[in-house]
Amino acid sequence: MTAEVQTRADVPAAGALDIREALRLMMTIRLFDEQALSLYRAGEMRGTTHPYIGMEAVGVGVMLALRPNDYVTSTHRGHGHTIAKGGDPKRMMAELLGRATGYSGGKGGSMHIADMDKHMLGANGIVGGGMGLATGAALTARLQKTGAIAVCFFGDGALEQGILHETTNLAAIWKLPVLYVCENNQYAMSTRSDWSVAGGDPARRAAGYGIPGVTVDGMDLFGVNAAATELIERARRGDGPAYLVCNTYRYHGHHAGDPLNYREKEEVERWRLQDPIERVKAAATERGVMGPSEIASLEAQVTAEIQAAVEFAKSSPEPSVDQLMTDIYA
Amino acid sequence: MTAVEAAPPVAAPQTREITYAEALNEALREEMRRDPNVFVMGEDVAVWGGGGIFGVTKALVEEFGTERVRDTPISEEAIAAVAVGAAATGSRPVAEIMYVDFIGLAMEPIVNQAAKLRYMFGGKAKVPMVIRAQEGAGRGNAAQHSQSLEAWFCHIPGLKVVTPSTPADAKGLLKSAIRDDNPVIFLEHKVLYFSKGPVPQEEYTVPLGVADVKRVGQHVTVVGVHTMVGKALKAAEQLAEEGIELEVIDPRTLVPLDEETIVESVKKTGRLIVSHEAYTRGGYGAEIIARVVDTAFDYLDAPPIRVCARNVPVPYSAVLETAALPQVEDLVAAARALVRNER
Repeated sequence: MTAEVQTRADVPAAGALDIREALRLMMTIRLFDEQALSLYRAGEMRGTTHPYIGMEAVGVGVMLALRPNDYVTSTHRGHGHTIAKGGDPKRMMAELLGRATGYSGGKGGSMHIADMDKHMLGANGIVGGGMGLATGAALTARLQKTGAIAVCFFGDGALEQGILHETTNLAAIWKLPVLYVCENNQYAMSTRSDWSVAGGDPARRAAGYGIPGVTVDGMDLFGVNAAATELIERARRGDGPAYLVCNTYRYHGHHAGDPLNYREKEEVERWRLQDPIERVKAAATERGVMGPSEIASLEAQVTAEIQAAVEFAKSSPEPSVDQLMTDIYA
Repeated sequence: MTAVEAAPPVAAPQTREITYAEALNEALREEMRRDPNVFVMGEDVAVWGGGGIFGVTKALVEEFGTERVRDTPISEEAIAAVAVGAAATGSRPVAEIMYVDFIGLAMEPIVNQAAKLRYMFGGKAKVPMVIRAQEGAGRGNAAQHSQSLEAWFCHIPGLKVVTPSTPADAKGLLKSAIRDDNPVIFLEHKVLYFSKGPVPQEEYTVPLGVADVKRVGQHVTVVGVHTMVGKALKAAEQLAEEGIELEVIDPRTLVPLDEETIVESVKKTGRLIVSHEAYTRGGYGAEIIARVVDTAFDYLDAPPIRVCARNVPVPYSAVLETAALPQVEDLVAAARALVRNER
């Protein structure tokens, strides 16, 4: 798949979404994951980290179309979704460093951060692992008549998992309020999605279930937000699930240890020309929402917040060994 | 443990004889009435024959409707995975996997999601769900519909595993499983569905993690699972005529295991047989033996014996199936050997 992506014609007018908040979240995600990478490279982080850098428009564009009680499930690459759903970067960073003050008290790490209070049902270490969680959350919303919907973020790698078929089919026949958002960042580790996904544009699969399938430029916050808003409101009305495919790109490797021998630098540069944050900055200026100095001061504020998160994490205690056998059973 | 969780007064006058399947049906009905968050889903649980291939969910749809008694497509992974998502968000699903043999298709959400969410999230999540399945041989259903796979789940921290052998236990344990805030793998036995027994008229629950001594004896402890409890009781009757008294223990829940009741019994008898329809190799009986050896080695007069299924796919022919499964005479022979110190 090339960098050419479909762009929707109906990009909403200024004011349809809070551009300042979108920019703040996107910058927070990028700076958070840049910090995570440098902590990993400095040997301060165990395991690995999967950076969301380059994909910020997807998580933020969808999340700004949600209500607080809507549910979200995530992937290996979950930092962006957690931040966009309102997660606390301090507790996230502490979890990355395995500290007692982290979201999971150091028991989960990067791939298992959840914020249940914010209805963020967790990153997931299993490809496709969030599909059942989101579909089940949508079932709870339906049974308890809360009016909430669920969003399942998944990567192109999960397009080839059986669970996607089972849950989509079930959600379609039960008309559950769930939106399946495919973050097609073109690669599942080294596997190119234009090779691994049969049938071309994965959104076409939706027709087989009789549900809408929409493909958007995942580097475009406004396009993602507009499409997500429409499909989310449709789900909320009781008309059932949909597929939203966002074509996007991860600037970095699959994780911090990726050899990156499977793609050309020129390809990365081509995608970087469409940088989602730069595009929102340009739109903010163009639409007169924020001037360059305001953007600079927002960036300084976010930088300070991430720095504080790192300080908080580094100064937090390690978990006590007496916590080893707790939280296995309720 | 609350007072309401006392063991059922089986000998109390207020009982009636009902089947294991009927007892399970009562448990589901009572818990669905008690808690609107409880719902049932699975293959053929609503329409087929009025509810479930063995009638466990019979007529529930008439009382609770199709929103709370949900027939699903044949999608075992989705059934389990959707149950996890529903449970983590405040529902109490009772999901059915029609035969435990099909659960291989659903292991991912059970093992990696249900069992681990709470730990991975540092105690911030709870997953109050029950997966009901039936297992066991004896009906000529052959290799893909007759296995006993409880050991798979006992291996995974975060899951509870329940294996009732009587109607009264089935009802009381299922009610506890539904009220439990953890994922519970509730394994029924297809042959036991038709067995009858006394079940209290009054409401009761049976707590998870408490074994039941089904027969008191002084010479050999037999820990049996599912049908092997009944077979052990038959063996005990035969052996009593020759002066050998079996103590028959049904652990009822394998996780958590009431180790104390088993160990105390072995301290008295000095001899242990574990018996289940699951394959001998890697079966949970080996775990029970290991735990007894750990804590009561000095009390053992002879090496413990496993009277379990042969390590072979369950065959179709009645002759072969019978030979593959542990039988009453196998228990009798094992007990005699232990008592006569022939091992």
